[in-house]
Amino acid sequence: MGQATFQIWRGDVQGGAFKEYQADISEGMVVLDAVHQIQATQANDLACRWNCKAGKCGSCSAEINGKPRLMCMTRMDTLPEGQPVSLKPMKTFPILKDLVTNVSWNYGINKRIPPFKPRPPDAPDGTWRMSQEEVDRIQEFRKCIECFLCQDVCHVLRDHDKKEGEVFGGPRFMIRVASLEMHPLDTVDRLKLLRDDLNIGLCNITKCCTEVCPEHIHITDNGIIPLKERVVDEFYDPVAWVIRKVFGRARDKRLPLPMVEGGSKRPT
Amino acid sequence: MDYETHEHDVLVIGAGGAGLRAAIEASAAGVSVGLVCKSLLGKAHTVMAEGGVAAALANVDDRDNWRVHFADTMRGGQYTNNWRMAELHAKEAPARVHELEAWGAVFDRTKDGRILQRNFGGHRYARLAHVGDRTGLEMIRTLQDHGIHQGINVYMECTVIRLLKDGDRVTGAFAYYREKGRFVLFKAKAIVLATGGIGKAYEITSNSWEYTGDGHSLAYHAGADLVDMEFVQFHPTGMVWPPSVRGILVTEGVRGEGGVLRNNQGKRFMFGDIPPNYKEQTADNEEEGWRYTMGDKNARRPPELLTRDHVARCIVREVKEGRGTPHGGVYLDIAWIKERIPNAAEHIKRKLPSMYHQFKELGNIDITKEPMEIGPTTHYMMGGVRVDGDSQMSNVPGLFAAGECAGGLHGANRLGGNSLSDLLVFGKRAGEYAAKFAKEHGAGKVADDQAEAAARWALEPFERTTGDEGPYKVQQDLQVMMQKLVGIVRKEDEMQKALDGLQKLGERARHVLVVGNREYNPGWHTALDLDNLFTVSEAITRASIERKESRGAQFREDYPSKSDALGKVLVIIRKGPDGRMQVNQQPIPEMPAELKQIIQEMK
Repeated sequence: MGQATFQIWRGDVQGGAFKEYQADISEGMVVLDAVHQIQATQANDLACRWNCKAGKCGSCSAEINGKPRLMCMTRMDTLPEGQPVSLKPMKTFPILKDLVTNVSWNYGINKRIPPFKPRPPDAPDGTWRMSQEEVDRIQEFRKCIECFLCQDVCHVLRDHDKKEGEVFGGPRFMIRVASLEMHPLDTVDRLKLLRDDLNIGLCNITKCCTEVCPEHIHITDNGIIPLKERVVDEFYDPVAWVIRKVFGRARDKRLPLPMVEGGSKRPT
Repeated sequence: MDYETHEHDVLVIGAGGAGLRAAIEASAAGVSVGLVCKSLLGKAHTVMAEGGVAAALANVDDRDNWRVHFADTMRGGQYTNNWRMAELHAKEAPARVHELEAWGAVFDRTKDGRILQRNFGGHRYARLAHVGDRTGLEMIRTLQDHGIHQGINVYMECTVIRLLKDGDRVTGAFAYYREKGRFVLFKAKAIVLATGGIGKAYEITSNSWEYTGDGHSLAYHAGADLVDMEFVQFHPTGMVWPPSVRGILVTEGVRGEGGVLRNNQGKRFMFGDIPPNYKEQTADNEEEGWRYTMGDKNARRPPELLTRDHVARCIVREVKEGRGTPHGGVYLDIAWIKERIPNAAEHIKRKLPSMYHQFKELGNIDITKEPMEIGPTTHYMMGGVRVDGDSQMSNVPGLFAAGECAGGLHGANRLGGNSLSDLLVFGKRAGEYAAKFAKEHGAGKVADDQAEAAARWALEPFERTTGDEGPYKVQQDLQVMMQKLVGIVRKEDEMQKALDGLQKLGERARHVLVVGNREYNPGWHTALDLDNLFTVSEAITRASIERKESRGAQFREDYPSKSDALGKVLVIIRKGPDGRMQVNQQPIPEMPAELKQIIQEMK
């Protein structure tokens, strides 16, 4: 297939610039292969993260021609031929070097989320019973590989920089909370956390996160919107408030909401 | 020399499943724990495990129990396993899996709401608890999200380059942070190695850049014995096309769900080669094999589900004899099940979502419609640090090992699914006994000069001026050589050639040039990792030469049969007083009568 030109951002916290490299392209190659080739033959100190090279670990996130993507899952033959490929680090996170950013903020947010706490076991042998239908919903969220591309593209984090002060948890941690809140066995209430600490209200459902998710998780439709509805029910719905006062709270009262498969059921 | 210092009771090196599980257990015992990982937390190789975790829960087949699992593991390992580990593993795996559920893991379910289990190679009954084909991700995320609330200090993107000792005992570890290249000294009363495998010693591998045999090498240089180093698992099904994805794993779950292997004549060649010790439990016709896949308890399993060592060799033979695919593999076909069940495409996508995704995006193949082209890929190291079966401590006091970098459990060949259970069972044990050791022993001394020496060694590549090649070229030449000369099929003269080659490559490695500075410099990191790769490559080669027989993953063209005498010994590698690698044989300890009886009964 010949050669391709890459413009790779090289630099660190002091600043940097795009530098041009050529790579030999063969059938089926992905962007990460080209980066490895450049690293091995032209720029031994070119920094990039990677592990699995199969879309399972979420390490090699970058902005390819301006779009947040995994380098290991972006085939060269899907990019416009004959045009240079630009590679730069995720913009939302502080730069460390070249394509590597400091994503430790995400680990801090995760730590704030109260851990899973199951109801008492269902069976005398200490185990639980759940149907596949009950877990389908959260298995979708648990596919997340923590590539943080959704965090990168989320404009609340990217453009409004809600990483300090009034913090926005970002799509990754909305669906992490969703995977706990909708877990059939979980007993912890995280709605106040969502409202006050992760500021779910700041999300205005532009669905950019869903678009970039390499695992095709319906982050907005299946995760954030149902959580928003729960927060509204909990804190802003007077009828629900009265019902709760009269009948009390039942954690497992929650009816499964219809799941979105293969596309949005809501007008965007 | 400038470095920061941290002190912990227990230091765990590696944060995949085994390391995380060890850290959680040690922390629960009330000691201070540091957890060091080469990548970001949650990115370790465990995320790539697909098919499932083996545990005799008996949810799908009530005939299953620990005794069957034990016998299966020993048979798969050709009876060179550490039988004590195989016993503990089979007994404790179910509790470890249930524990994950209590920490939030969400396994696929049976109709009555319990954890679903699937068929896998070498397991007599459906035994692998799973989550589609992303079981490893589920496990690591569960351990990670549980672990971060246990007061463990995590040091991310930090690579350990040396273990430090006080007399016989290990008392510390010296490392650098990848980010700035700054050094860090960890003082610890006990250290758990959980660094994974060695796949980067080979050209075609399912393993990531991290798998450079760090734990094996650190332990070896600290005086620990390595065992079973000749047993490298080549997984039968890796992708072969396009070239850039060669080696990426295709889960055994594909075969567990009914996938079959065919050569270019369309023949299911596995029926033609069923080893005698598996004859009793293997189907001899396609119909029976399919009934097994569908859960018929009277059916025997299809020959595609024979052990990995055997299936890999059959594939190599088909290709060698001209019955391979255009790109040098054989066909793995799951699409064919559409002849048998309705909605097959949906079924495949639900059971094997990652495989569907992987082939669609990387290979332009729709696995619900077409067969995959596959071939063997370097996947797993059975060999590792020799440990006590109960405590996971090596012969170096205070040094423990768990998971892939420990040796013994799997013997000559690992069964699929037994690594995820391995890392839970023995990660927990290593953490528990490391904490106990730390409580019973005071802090040892860490001599500054050992740390200084390690730092000087690490910085030396920057001072070189004479060489003319970088580390990547040497690494690649090493991989190509190991693949060719110490690969799936081995011969004495080729391996002797490999030893010469290792010496020459080692000389080159000592002169590679490193460009740039210490900040996040993969070239420098690769140059340092080379040292570990050479240590494990030499150990593999010497151990393979020593075992003059074919057993499990070790296939010797010059000694194609099993030897009764060698079946009773282990090959041990250790660093001699002169600094050279020593190889010797030691007898496998006598198995207790009750375990022998189980094996007899399950024959």
